[in-house]
Parts: sequence; C-alpha cells; structure tokens
Amino acid sequence: MDSEEQHILSFKTLGLILAALLLLTGITIAVSYFDLGIFNIFIALGIACTKVSLVLLFFMHLKYEGKAIRRSFIGTIFFLFIMISFMFWDYAFRH
Amino acid sequence: MATTPSFYDTPSPPGLVGIKAWLLTHDHKRLALMYLWAVLFWFVIGVSIGFLLRIELMFIGRTIMSAEVYNSAFTLHGVIMIFLIAIPAIPAILGNFFLPIQLGADDVFFPRLNLLSWYLFMLGGLLAIVSLFSGGGFPDTGWTFYVPFSIGTKHNVPLTVFAAFILGMSSMLTGLNFITTIHRKRLPSMGWMQIPLFTWSLYATAWVQLLATPVISITFVLVIIERFFNIGLFDPDRGGDPILYEHLFWTYSHPAVYIMVLPGMGIVSEVIPTFSRKAIFGYQAIVYSSLGIAIAGSLVWAHHMYTSGMSDTAVFVFSLFTFLVAIPSAVKVFSWVSTLYKGSIEMTPALFYSLAFIYLFSVGGLSGLLQGAAGPNIHIHGTQFIVAHFHFTVLGGTGFAFFSGLHYWWPKMFGVMYNFRRAYIAAVLTTVGFMFHFVPMFILGLMGMPRRYYDYLPQYAHGNFLAGIGAIIMVSGILLMLINLLLSFRNKIAAPDNPWGGCTLEWMVPSPPPLRNFITEPHIKEYPYDFSDILTNPPKN
Amino acid sequence: MTSQRDLTGIRIGMWLFLYTEIILFGGLFVIYSVYFYDYSAEFAKSGKELNRLIGSLNTIILLVSSFMVASSITALRREAKKLCLGLLAASFLCGGIFLINKYFEWTHKIAHGIYPNSPALTNGPPGKNVFFGLYYIITGLHGLHVIVGMTLLALSFLLVYKGKITAHHFSLLDNSGLYWHLVDLIWIFIFPLFYLIL
Repeated sequence: MDSEEQHILSFKTLGLILAALLLLTGITIAVSYFDLGIFNIFIALGIACTKVSLVLLFFMHLKYEGKAIRRSFIGTIFFLFIMISFMFWDYAFRH
Repeated sequence: MATTPSFYDTPSPPGLVGIKAWLLTHDHKRLALMYLWAVLFWFVIGVSIGFLLRIELMFIGRTIMSAEVYNSAFTLHGVIMIFLIAIPAIPAILGNFFLPIQLGADDVFFPRLNLLSWYLFMLGGLLAIVSLFSGGGFPDTGWTFYVPFSIGTKHNVPLTVFAAFILGMSSMLTGLNFITTIHRKRLPSMGWMQIPLFTWSLYATAWVQLLATPVISITFVLVIIERFFNIGLFDPDRGGDPILYEHLFWTYSHPAVYIMVLPGMGIVSEVIPTFSRKAIFGYQAIVYSSLGIAIAGSLVWAHHMYTSGMSDTAVFVFSLFTFLVAIPSAVKVFSWVSTLYKGSIEMTPALFYSLAFIYLFSVGGLSGLLQGAAGPNIHIHGTQFIVAHFHFTVLGGTGFAFFSGLHYWWPKMFGVMYNFRRAYIAAVLTTVGFMFHFVPMFILGLMGMPRRYYDYLPQYAHGNFLAGIGAIIMVSGILLMLINLLLSFRNKIAAPDNPWGGCTLEWMVPSPPPLRNFITEPHIKEYPYDFSDILTNPPKN
Repeated sequence: MTSQRDLTGIRIGMWLFLYTEIILFGGLFVIYSVYFYDYSAEFAKSGKELNRLIGSLNTIILLVSSFMVASSITALRREAKKLCLGLLAASFLCGGIFLINKYFEWTHKIAHGIYPNSPALTNGPPGKNVFFGLYYIITGLHGLHVIVGMTLLALSFLLVYKGKITAHHFSLLDNSGLYWHLVDLIWIFIFPLFYLIL
C-alpha cells in the first residue's frame, strides 16, 4: 500500500543543526551570567523553544511529515499551552 | 451455498485452540467480547455497592455498615464505575468490535497493542481487587483522592491509584490505536465526511483519551511519591498548594467525562436514524460539535473548584467557558430530535434506551448549567444535587447509551436475538426506577444535604427513603435486562444480517462476522445514512 | 485487506505515543510554572546551588547523542551498517555518561542535606523545598526515560547487527530515535529552568 520513501537527511544538514544547537546552548549559558531581571527567563525559554524546534523539525523530521502529524503536534502543544496558561487565571489573581 | 465461518470458529493468529484462542488473540472482535465480560463483571459489583450504599442511607443512623466502611464503599463505587466501566466500556467493547467494520477495515492498525490494552485493563482491575485486602484497607478518600487526606490517610492509597494509573495506560493505548486506524485503515473511497457518526465520536474521544490521560497519570504518580517520600509539593507548611492538586486532577477528570459521554452520543447518532428510517439531521453539525466538545471540554475543569479557594477571576472565566461547552451538546439534541421528526419510526428496545438517553442526558446537562453558574454553585457544591447531576449524565447518559448499543449490536455480535417483551419491561423498570432514585437527590441537595455523608438530619429522611425504593426498582430493571440478554444464548433465536435495516457497513456482513469482517469487497454509498434501499425493501421482523 | 506495512501509519502511532509523554512531563512543567510564579526569588537562589558546569555538559552530551542517533539512520539507509552501529553505540555511551553525571549531582546534593523531606528543606524556605522537590521528581522521571531510551538504542543496535533492521525495514530504529530525541527535548527545557535562572 504505502511505500513512499522518507526523506533522508544528509550528514551535512544534521551537522549544521548540531552546530546551531551547540551555539544556542552557548548563548543561553552566557546570558545566564548577566542579571537582566525578568528578561532572563524569557530569553532562556525563547532559546529553549528554538532549540526544541530544531530538534523536532530536523532530527525528528517533523518538517517532512504529513498533515496528520504536523497538525496533531500543534494540537498537543496547544493543549499544553492551555493547561499552563489557564492555571494563571487562578494563580495570577489570588490576593 | 456454503457459509463463511464466523470469527468464533477462526482464531487469529491461526492455530490457536481453546482459551489461548482468546487470551492470545489479535482479533478486535474477540478482544471486544473479552472486554464485555470483564466490564459486566465490574458493573455487577459496582451496581451492588451502589445499592448497598443506598440501603444504608435509607434510614437514619447505622443501617447495614459502619461509617468507616461507608467511606471506603463510596470510594470503591466511584473508582469502579469511573475507571473500570464508564471510561472504557463503550470504546473498548462496542468501539473495538465495530470501529474497524464501520470503516471497511479488517482490524485495528495495531492488533497486538490492542491485546496489550486488554491485559493492562485486567491488570488494573486485579490491582484494584488486591488493594481491597492489602494493608490499611481500601481508600476512604472518594474517587477524587484529594490531598492532604489522600496523603495522610492510613488506608492503602498508593496501590489503588497505581491501579488507576495502569487503567489509564490501557485507555491511552486504545485511543492511539483508534486514531491511527481511522487515519490509515479507512476504505479508500470513504472520505472524512462519510465516516459513520459512532466512529467519528470515537475519534474525538480518542484524542481526549490520548492527551488528557497523561495528566492524571502524573498526578497519581505524584500522590504515590508524596506518600513515600513526603516531599511536600501540596503541603502548605512546606511551600505546596493543595489546590494545585485539584487543578491537576480535574484537568484530566473533566475531559474524562467527555470520554464517557461522546461515544454514548455516537451510539445515539446511529440508533436514531436507523429506527427513524431517515438520514441523521445535521451530520456535519454532529461531527463538528463532537470535536467542539472535545476541545472546549479541556477549558472548563476548574468549575469543580469554585469553592476551593482559587481566585474569583478563575471562577468567572471557568464559569463562562462552562456555559459555552453546553452549546455543542445542545446542537446534538436538536439534531437527534429533528431526525425523529417525520421519520418512519420503529420502536425497539435499542431505540427506547436512546430516547431515554436524550431525556436523561438533557436533564443532567441542564443541571450542570445550574452548577456551572458561580452563584448557585456555592449553595449546591458538595451536596446530593451534584450526585444526582453526574448520575443523570453518566448513568442516564453513558449508561443508557451503552444499554442502547448493547441491544442494537447484540444480534450482530452473537448472531442471536433477545426477547423484546422482557427487554421492554427491563427498560421501563430501569428508567422509572432511575427517576425515583435520582430525582429525590436533586431536591435533597437543594435542601442542603451533603454528599458522601454517612448520616443525615431528620428532614432528609423521606427523600432518602424514596431514593432507596427507586434503587430497588432500578436495580431490578438492570438485572432483568442483563438476564434477558444472557438468555438469548439459551434460546438461540438466529438473528439475520440486518435485523434493523441499518445503513452502516456492519449491517452488510454476516451475524456474527467472519474473521476478516468482509466476505466481498465492501462498498459504501455517497452518504452513510442513505435509507433509500431500506425503505423500498424493509427488513422483516 | 492489506498485508503491506504502512510506514506512515507506524510513524503516526509513534508520534501519538510521544504526545502522551509530552503531556506527562507537561504536567510537571505546569507545577513548575505555578510555583516559579509564587517563589521566583527563592527559585533563582536555589538554582544557583546547582552545578551549571555539569548541567551544561549534560546538555551538550544529549544534543550530540541526538545528532548521532539521527545520523545512524542516515548511515543505515545509505547502507553504511558499521557506521550506523558505531553511532548507536556512541549514543548509548552518551546516555550512560549522562546518567553517571546525574548520579554525582544527586549524591553531592544528598550529602549536603538536600533531599526530599530532609530537615534542611523541611525547615528552610518553602520555595527552596518546592524547587528541590521538583528538581528530584523531574530529573528522576527524566532519568528513567533515559534508561528506557538507552534500552531501545541497545535493542536497535542488536537488531541492526543481526540484519533484522535494514535500509528498507527500519521502523524500529526510526521510532527508537524519536523516543531518544524526546528525551533530549525534555532536557532542553529542564536545563534552563533549573540551572540557568538567575
């Protein structure tokens, strides 16, 4: 029935992604040595999200998957987002 | 004309004999029946415990059990009914049997994973039984296991929540299997908008099973960790917030009620058109409302927590979303009723239960709106009103839909027909008994009687006595229903392939079906509820 | 109906399973986010007590191992079986080193009186108790998943070696890889949340 060949990622591409990941790791460690107040957590999480996206899109070949997987992944993240953010209707508004 | 052997005579994998043909099966139909007997076993126990609880409450003071036993009894009743029956029953039994057939497939996508799901279900049940007798006694916390009591009580909480954890894994894997099956094993000619509504309801349910269950898994793991390592994550003295436990618990347990009811609604969406000989009104509306309920249902969990101490803003927001989630359910009720309108109606036991569902679930849903409003909730939270509400929705809803589905698909699964007269008597007894049993609880709750209380003030005596009478009638009806279905095996009245004149693919195969479900290549019409052929050639009963 | 293997279907099944793991850890991150909001200052202070060097090392180890696992699939599909086996073995080793580092981190903390329900934590600031409670639970659960991932890598190694996983028949390797990457993903979030907050 289904014999579509999955896209093969070249060593070069994988190596570039690893380099990017290591660079981002270096940046996030470096930034942690400076006190930027509330921005520290946002930068750290922003970089983490970028790294996670690279691993997902390339190492886990999400970039080359079909609609079903891409949409369901977004849906899962959305559910997680709701779980976390809706907690704050409670916690952010307590006396 | 040689008849193809049924799946009973053809084990899969081939070559298995005796009990191994069941315990090692890959056949979704055998698995469905193995779930059926397990669930009926738990159902008899769960109903019996409920019955004993209500006998205890019929009279003031101690009637048949002590207060300590009462607390464990209502916990056990809840744990069995929710984790071992209401959540798994329809997907694991009727879903497993009919989802592949409705899609034109020969099995689910991962048959061996399906077998694993069954073993996990049985393991969870076994652990629950063991936890009855292991040190400390069965938990007395209620099925909600609220902290700090669940962490502090001497009763054996870890084993029971671990059993629930295992049952959750079973549920997740079933959801995973159904989603993959629906995506990949449909007939090539069957587009998304041609999938029968029962299967659609299982699709929406499967997503909730898959995404929501891990939340309760981690929550129960944390309870076990707290019991053994005493970290203090929910202990206010050490930085924790007990309300956070409630948030985590209900983030699963509210979507869980949609796991319970969506498949039930799917059954009703099959039964109503078949016995109206008329296409379902608003097929697309039902599809989108099922998905809508699944999504919106994950936005409302804290309506179980208005009085817990959380912020007023949260109370407001969750109340707002709770009102919104009622809309897609109402859409379905309108669709069902519109289907019946000007239909060519044939009364059968299956239709009776589905009609009862529509009424009982509507009452349950409307009472839910009352609870969802923040003001009234202060008055009725923690009272018998809530007990009535969730029995109307879960028993009157999921339960009655399950009974309807059993009566609808029984001839297909077993190739035999049951006695109609006894079925109707049972159905009427169950429904009338249900009303006498649970309506008093609405009133008792409004009058202020708390739930989970072993004893009560004299003004509640009449209501509790009446509820007890209702229990006796209802349980008699349920018993008669089960006996009647089982008698069909003794009377062996052969059932035709399509006794009701249904349109979906399961009615195009023999009763019971062969191993690979289809003898010839299945063909579907443009629309799954096209009754034109049936109307020109109705089945003879 | 069909006896051919549906590779896309198998992959969909694996991703669905990964979603359950994402939500499982997601629940723990929900707890972290709530308590971080309540105890930001104490969380930052406690975070300083964790060893940034070991944390960074572990991050790099997992990233490199993810690269190697992804590369092992490319290698196999290009019929370079020995390279594939080497990469898988190296990834397995990375997992082992990660766990050893974790062991040292934990024993060090325990020796300093920082462990669940320790007197230091019970009598100390509540935010610190919650921080380290979450630290042990999250890194502990993560560690369990590293062990499971290593088991899958070992199994894949064996099956590639025996020729049961081939360039045209590699779903198990693919799915083991996905599981390993998930373990990496979770750590990518654990690292800043516990080691890098100021």
